[in-house]
Amino acid sequence: MSARSSILLWLALTAAFAASLIVPIQALFEVDRGLASAVLVELRLPRALLALTYGATLGASGAAIQALFANPLASPDLTGTTSGAALGAVVTAYLFGFAAPIALSIGSVVGALGALVLLISLAGPKAETATLLLSGLAISALAGALTTLALALAPSPFAFYDAYDWLMGSLIDRSLEQAAFAMVPAVLTIALLLRLGPALDRLALGEEVAQSLGHDVARLRLMVICLSAFGVGACVAICGAIGFVGLIAPIFARRLTRGHPGRAILASALIGALLLSLADLTVRLAPLGRTLPIGVVTALIGAPFFLWLVAHMRWRLSA
Amino acid sequence: MILQAYGLALPGRLFDASIRIAAGELVCLVGPNGSGKTSLLHALAGIGRPAGMVDLDGVDPRALGPSRRPHYLTYLPATRDIPWPLLARDLIALGGGEATFPALALEDLLDRRVDRLSTGERSRVLIARALAPRPKLLLLDEPTANLDPLWQIRLMELVREEISAGNRAALVAIHDLDAALRYADRILVMNEGRIVAESLEGPHVAEIFGIERADGAWCPVTPLAGPQSLQ
Repeated sequence: MSARSSILLWLALTAAFAASLIVPIQALFEVDRGLASAVLVELRLPRALLALTYGATLGASGAAIQALFANPLASPDLTGTTSGAALGAVVTAYLFGFAAPIALSIGSVVGALGALVLLISLAGPKAETATLLLSGLAISALAGALTTLALALAPSPFAFYDAYDWLMGSLIDRSLEQAAFAMVPAVLTIALLLRLGPALDRLALGEEVAQSLGHDVARLRLMVICLSAFGVGACVAICGAIGFVGLIAPIFARRLTRGHPGRAILASALIGALLLSLADLTVRLAPLGRTLPIGVVTALIGAPFFLWLVAHMRWRLSA
Repeated sequence: MILQAYGLALPGRLFDASIRIAAGELVCLVGPNGSGKTSLLHALAGIGRPAGMVDLDGVDPRALGPSRRPHYLTYLPATRDIPWPLLARDLIALGGGEATFPALALEDLLDRRVDRLSTGERSRVLIARALAPRPKLLLLDEPTANLDPLWQIRLMELVREEISAGNRAALVAIHDLDAALRYADRILVMNEGRIVAESLEGPHVAEIFGIERADGAWCPVTPLAGPQSLQ
């Protein structure tokens, strides 16, 4: 990433974070100073931090997963990681309630890990695009069906509504403590994924060449899978499933790193954080009278982008 | 001897292979499809957890990390696919060296994306990646594949030139028996996962490859089933 694009990206991110805190500005000029500071610290700060954290985790994990599978269409949502995490969290929530962040995080991470392990055993470590996407689709469908089943078997209508609301993906009404439960694992995940960058870059030369250059590819694969499941799982536990950011951010990021898939992890984390912050601002400023779930916004923007991407790849393959 | 390797094995593919190469030597590895040429290169490069002992200039290269290994050995696989839109210059740098091979005429390619190069051009870039760290041992799998006749000659001359300077050697898996005869200091014949001979003279060639020399060209031992035999 060039110094210029790096600075621009950090500036944009700072601006988005600041905007998340101060928009709409009227609330900060309440006569009651206590209320104004409560809005800022208890409502907006956790929300802005979660947007950055979740977006950065999705961006970094997406870039690492794409580098690992050598495929620009691999991402936490299309590989079933996110839906696996959601299933794990819903099942855990029934057992311990949505107010048990540690149990929820563990349930999510286990669900995410299960989905990725299932994907590798179904599609193999060097899957073709079609096999990868079909296996990911099957796993997402299975996790989705099981989640719906869990919803249908909800112990009470309240549990049903809680789970349904949470499944839509939302950053609203999370406490600073909850934000910390996502942030600590997320920062750890991103830091460790960044260390894998050089090895993932060399994986671009092919798995055999990477091994001949002294990289333990089996260990690298295990690290990427466990770290992605850990980071994404922890975020899903707090905010629900949010799609497409992990697919889109790495694609933009690699344009800044001249195609280097490993070096793109940092850029992708920054872009992911920016995208989710912007999506959250959109949610807040949309004149709909009520708040849209942020997962719906990312899907509304992400799905057409994904379709364009598939069409573009098909066109390139046939050209 | 710059390379001494004993008891190299990969389950089901390579059985107890031993090989010694002297400094400055270009050794060609020939054999039918599935005879274990690539597996032997893999075993030497430490791909796929091979068994056996390797001594390359006093060091087991498989124990070296990513910063030192490319200075001991590099491996060029037979596949020419690169999944990401990297610049040729960046791809060569990822291998741990710099592109300084006038013989490969890379100047016009360096700032182009490898996915937009022709297969032959991409081959030259990938070969430069393997040569660039100037390793003691070059392990090349079908380096002349996809190259036109002139580039095939230039490439083999370049490999010769590279290993003649300094304490270096090359092991080249190749299907073109004539090229092997022309450029190799020594030929190793592989069959069914074992090194079985050290020359292309003798009855074993017909037995292993199913071809023989006739009128200066390689011909099948048993005539192929032509259209007539199908009638």
